[in-house]
Amino acid sequence: MKAIVNVSLKAGVLDSQGKAVHHALDSLHFNGVNDVRVGKQIVLQLEETDKEKAMSDVTKMCEELLANTVIEDYVIELI
Amino acid sequence: MQNSNIKVSILQFPGTNCEYDTQHAFEKLGATTEIIWHKSETIPSDTNLLVVAGGFSYGDYLRSGAIAKFSPVMKAVAKYAKDGGKVLGICNGFQVLTEVGLLPGALKRNDGLHFISKHHTLKVENNDNIFLKKLNNGDIVNIPIAHHDGNYYIDQDGLKELYENKQILLTYSDKDGKALNPNGSVDSIAGVCNKEKNVFGLMPHPERAMEAILGSDDGVKMLEGFLNP
Repeated sequence: MKAIVNVSLKAGVLDSQGKAVHHALDSLHFNGVNDVRVGKQIVLQLEETDKEKAMSDVTKMCEELLANTVIEDYVIELI
Repeated sequence: MQNSNIKVSILQFPGTNCEYDTQHAFEKLGATTEIIWHKSETIPSDTNLLVVAGGFSYGDYLRSGAIAKFSPVMKAVAKYAKDGGKVLGICNGFQVLTEVGLLPGALKRNDGLHFISKHHTLKVENNDNIFLKKLNNGDIVNIPIAHHDGNYYIDQDGLKELYENKQILLTYSDKDGKALNPNGSVDSIAGVCNKEKNVFGLMPHPERAMEAILGSDDGVKMLEGFLNP
């Protein structure tokens, strides 16, 4: 099973990279963009075949290492 | 000098690069020092101050300080701090200490997205702690900063607690003490301590401000605080 983890700054925490990218898009005349958030994606190849167990394992990984929950949120997708 | 009975242990991770500057600074003040490789599971029992030195532990992979959190030595560091031992984290060391939860908040990418390396003036906010006791509240010190992820973040509740417990050590300011924020830090915060006031962290580098001829010796008064308990 594969887990895709998307980590991004929490809503309310200023994302300066997102802001800079937004600004750059504006100067390229892509004017229809309301907001940009930059995050990172971590892809894990798992041995686990049970979805529920995999979700709980990856959640633990996020809490302990993959995200800093003081400033970041994470979303896990299993495929 | 009369401080040779004070032992300063300095942590070294792969990618740490300020350990020898830190060693030089404390030895100049008369302390005995030892560099502790991160694989060590203990820290010397005669340690009076443990310094998590600056640099780029593990290449700042994932997040600054995130991987160092799991180095073998960190369990001993947590125990040392919990038992009341004095810990100082400088720059990357500050990032490591927030990652392990020994200090509140987190360090984000600088708002301007650039690495900043220059001398900056700082204002002493609270001197009722061992680190800044040789300075007065409101004093201005000139200390180099050199970081990419120095943008201190803490939520509103956390910030309130920092003020209530006088945990804010230093803020970025101009030479007259007016807030001047180089990196976007909440309330221009440059350094904080824990509630118990035995764990200290700051982004600026006092160990690089030890000689007037090299730009500033204001770091002396800061680091000396640890040596004359």
